[in-house]
Amino acid sequence: MSITEKDILKIAEARTRIEPMFDTQEMTLNMGPQHPSTHGVLRVVLKLDGETVIDLDCDIGYLHRGVEKIAENRTYPMIAPYHDRTDYIAAVSNGLCWVETVEKVMGLEVPKRAQYIRIILTELNRITSHLLWLGTHCIDLGAFTIFLYAFREREEILKIFENYFGARLTTHAFRIGGFWWDTYPGFEEQVKFFCDYFPEKIKEYEIILNENRIWLQRTVGIGLISPEDAVDIGLTGPPLRGSGVNYDIRKAMPYEAYEEMDFIVPLGKAGDTYDRFLVRMEEMKQSRNIVLQALDKLKETEGQPVIAKVPKVIKPPIGEVYHSIEGPKGELGIFLVSDGTNKPSRMRIRPPSFINLQALRQMCIGHLVADVVAIIGTLDIVLGEIDR
Amino acid sequence: MQIAGPAGWLRSVLPQSISDSVVYDVIWPLIQIAVALFIVMTLVAYLTLAERKISAWIQSRMGPMRVGPWGLLQPAADGLKLLIKEDIIPLLADKAVFTIAPIVSMVAAITVLVIIPYGAGWAPITDVNIALLFILAFSSVGTLGIILGGWASNSKYPLLGALRSSAQMISYEVAMGLALIGPLMWSKTLSMVGIVNAQNGDHIWYVFYQPLGFLIYFVCALAETNRAPFDLPEAESELTGGFHTEYSGFRFSLYFIAEYAAMFTVSAIAVTVFLGGWDFGGLIGHFLANTHQNVYTVISIIVFFGKVLLLLWAFMWFRWTFPRYRYDQLMDVGWKWLIPASLANIVLTGVWFVIGISIPDGKPFLKNYGTYIAAPGFPAKAYVIGSAFLVTITLTAILLSSINKHSRDFNLRTQRQLQLQKRAERLAEAGNM
Repeated sequence: MSITEKDILKIAEARTRIEPMFDTQEMTLNMGPQHPSTHGVLRVVLKLDGETVIDLDCDIGYLHRGVEKIAENRTYPMIAPYHDRTDYIAAVSNGLCWVETVEKVMGLEVPKRAQYIRIILTELNRITSHLLWLGTHCIDLGAFTIFLYAFREREEILKIFENYFGARLTTHAFRIGGFWWDTYPGFEEQVKFFCDYFPEKIKEYEIILNENRIWLQRTVGIGLISPEDAVDIGLTGPPLRGSGVNYDIRKAMPYEAYEEMDFIVPLGKAGDTYDRFLVRMEEMKQSRNIVLQALDKLKETEGQPVIAKVPKVIKPPIGEVYHSIEGPKGELGIFLVSDGTNKPSRMRIRPPSFINLQALRQMCIGHLVADVVAIIGTLDIVLGEIDR
Repeated sequence: MQIAGPAGWLRSVLPQSISDSVVYDVIWPLIQIAVALFIVMTLVAYLTLAERKISAWIQSRMGPMRVGPWGLLQPAADGLKLLIKEDIIPLLADKAVFTIAPIVSMVAAITVLVIIPYGAGWAPITDVNIALLFILAFSSVGTLGIILGGWASNSKYPLLGALRSSAQMISYEVAMGLALIGPLMWSKTLSMVGIVNAQNGDHIWYVFYQPLGFLIYFVCALAETNRAPFDLPEAESELTGGFHTEYSGFRFSLYFIAEYAAMFTVSAIAVTVFLGGWDFGGLIGHFLANTHQNVYTVISIIVFFGKVLLLLWAFMWFRWTFPRYRYDQLMDVGWKWLIPASLANIVLTGVWFVIGISIPDGKPFLKNYGTYIAAPGFPAKAYVIGSAFLVTITLTAILLSSINKHSRDFNLRTQRQLQLQKRAERLAEAGNM
């Protein structure tokens, strides 16, 4: 079919008709890497129509340190501190994942007492991580005060960490096979003190936020994700459970002594930001319950060893292993290839934040700029972990 | 001609070669302006400290403690720091507009100070018969400074901040003006001194006659001065600072001072129109007013500033307690809630007028005193206050809920239920297929 002059005229006419009087174009807004609420050095390239997001692209890698490659040149005990620095908010959980992976490939059985201490510390760490999430999420939505309230409670846990590990943030908590030291005198009292003091503080947050109209307006129906999509993307942790999918590795594939613990996995209903907020708040309460149970068990194992029989030079047998734990942000996994020497042949981390970040585009499109900030907050990402 | 108070004293001190009109109309007002500017600017500087201290107390911290005792010299240190900082003008910015914009904001905020009645007697600098209109007009000019600054920066975050600011100005200026009409129906004047005198004459503060109007005015005032929860133009977690992202050094501090001066202005209007201005009531007030004029004036100035500070404290209290609204929700609050409410308030106030004047035979509740309308006597006051608190607020609430019944944010619980229902339906469909 050939194009006649008539057609050309028609097209020209149509063009003049469609063309508006003033040119409009989409605005590309570069959010980050230096931005107050991208939680580190995430760069989000937004395409905006007015203030509505029509497209979004994430740019990561500003914090890449090559932890996985470094690990190939370090012995097994030397790698542990690097894991503290991937997700620096949840250093204890990351350390736990690493030592458990090595123990799994070596076939080590960790003494019961060490398992209980590990549970106490990782659950306390989950609370610190969630408190930091709460604080920063509130700052993103403009409620600055909760941030400092959350840090007040976090301080109490950090004191415990400081007393036990000598460090507050990058704790380097665990040793392969258990612990180097038993608990310090007064440890149980200090943990008990925190557990007694924490519920009223949680209640304080709930009074301020749960029924706050502005808070509800900013979170209900924002960043919706259906359970099917959540599973397809591979979300884990609170973002997945906020959509109502019951998957918690502590229940699904129990590690350490989690089988003995009695706790509930809180689930959301609608899969919006408010649900994820509720899920995390409930998780903090459940973590406190687990800590209390583990404390009781810890008393029964008074005087038992805290480290298994571990050879002086750690040389795991040849093999591959994948081990994952329920980190505060989701499924934290490590894939380890051991070639029989004292250094791993390959170590690969499955960071929960990296995979949870994939949902950002789907959640944000159609929302406003202010919601992008809220959604980044609700995904609870840590760039140290994403870029590794 | 002999005028009492400091102006008269000034006349007696100055040589007779200076004519009366020069003393009363030039020298004395200039002194008043200088003193008012000094007091208010110092107050504004200390408001920045107060903000930091109050936020600290709310957040279980101590706030600035290093500069001076309890950090009292902090504003001076801050000012000095901002003054000696490098003044950066972005390469692509429109230099002239970029330079002028903060000055526009600052000038608009300061000019208004002339009209505010700081106290009784000789305290007000001037008494203009369109004062309230003048103030509303100038507060809009202040927003113009923000828009210009955002636009001239030639950068995306300031542009978004400026656009938000203009939208916010348009929606909230309307409701603010309408909320002020209620009290004006009582005072029958736009003059600030006249409004205070009307409240004095009626022995009541208009906040009791116009509770809804005060509420609307206060919310709009928060929005007009870009304070949380309406601080969208400068939302730091979204727009990294909004309209003043590109500003540094002294130009930034001009914006900063303008914001606090605007806060002072809107609080002063609220105090004048709704909280009885300098009036502190009681027998002492009336005794002093009749005998010791000057003492009365000084006390009235202190009372006025005390009331303003109380409102400013509420501004800060809200800022550190509430999360921030989103842009579209802000528009909703403005157009769907505040404007209908203020219109309803005007209509209902009018209705109470008509009923109050006509129904009780021979003895109307409300009396027209020429310059203002008053409700003398206890039953009349009970009638006005009761109708304002019970009927006006109830009827307005009913009206608002019927307007907003179908909007998305009205009932968020139902909203969640709807989502769940939709999801269940979708799942059922998927199961059938």
